[in-house]
Amino acid sequence: MVNLIWAFLAVTGIIYAAFNGTMAEVNKAIFSTLDEAIMITLSLAGVLIFWLGLMKIAEEAGLLAGLAKIFRPFVKRIFPEIPENHPALGYILSNMTANMFGLGNAATPMGLKAMKELKELSGSDKASRSMITLLAINTSSLTLIPTTVIAIRMKYDSQDPTSIVGATILATIISTIAALLIDRYFHYKRERAMRL
Amino acid sequence: MISIWLIPSIILLVLVTATIKKVPSYEVFVEGSKEGIQIAISLLPFLLGMMVSIAVFQASGAMGAIVKLFEPLMSLFGAPAEILPLAFIRPISGTAALSMTTELIRTFGPDSFIGQLASVMQGSTDTTLYIITVYFGAVGIKRMGDALKVGLLADLVGIIASIIIVIILFS
Repeated sequence: MVNLIWAFLAVTGIIYAAFNGTMAEVNKAIFSTLDEAIMITLSLAGVLIFWLGLMKIAEEAGLLAGLAKIFRPFVKRIFPEIPENHPALGYILSNMTANMFGLGNAATPMGLKAMKELKELSGSDKASRSMITLLAINTSSLTLIPTTVIAIRMKYDSQDPTSIVGATILATIISTIAALLIDRYFHYKRERAMRL
Repeated sequence: MISIWLIPSIILLVLVTATIKKVPSYEVFVEGSKEGIQIAISLLPFLLGMMVSIAVFQASGAMGAIVKLFEPLMSLFGAPAEILPLAFIRPISGTAALSMTTELIRTFGPDSFIGQLASVMQGSTDTTLYIITVYFGAVGIKRMGDALKVGLLADLVGIIASIIIVIILFS
């Protein structure tokens, strides 16, 4: 699926540019994006290196296990496949907590580490059920405080920059619940298809 | 803001707990950090490839054309057409969505209906394509199963939900 989307975006873009007379823009976009991708990876690398180091300490100090213990009943329902006391649970919870507080920078390293643990659990290059669930939670975003948006609103002299917080939380809750339900639906559909 | 205190507090909590429990914190830090380098490097091809494809699609004007195509459908639901490009680009490109949100807030004002709607849309969902690329790319997942379908459908629900909520709360 990703192969199709990837090729589709580029192919349609190039063909459209041929008729639209925007080939120069396309050319420019290709090379400026290469730079941008390197820059993003570099800044991501800094964050990854720092947080994975810190989280390793948290793991050794028993903090992640503690976090996993507190939320075990809740997380067990969402991720029934992960064995109890598995380190993946601690990373998933850190990822969710960081997301909730709008710490996207801290959330990504923890999410990636969780994915790595999940991959070791499944031992295959196919996305496992837990991986899809973790992804669904992350794509629907759990933000409680949309810091970036508030900053933009302040910059343009909003009367009440935080007025949208309530609405954002509500929308986030709805999209996260929808993500979990849609994820479940596809999981059961897969299972049925396997049995038949 | 609480968020200014949050990260330093986490660092403090981790380091104090580790020291009390006699974990060799600096050595463990370095050991864990190395994994970060590895993940970042293995991520690069996935991210770079996807970003170029999206950039070509956008720069050619094809993105804008598709958005135009869907405009009538949007006004059918009582949502302003100005918000449509953002709704479309939000799951695809985070930086593009952020600049669009900024532009909408700047043009229509942060407290206008469109400004509020753009704020909620920007804040309540995340960039699905980027997250899939990064999360699966970093650990080398080649067959992603239903992940993309789940992510995009959830985005759709989130966008519809933000429109309804903002209409109820602010207009």
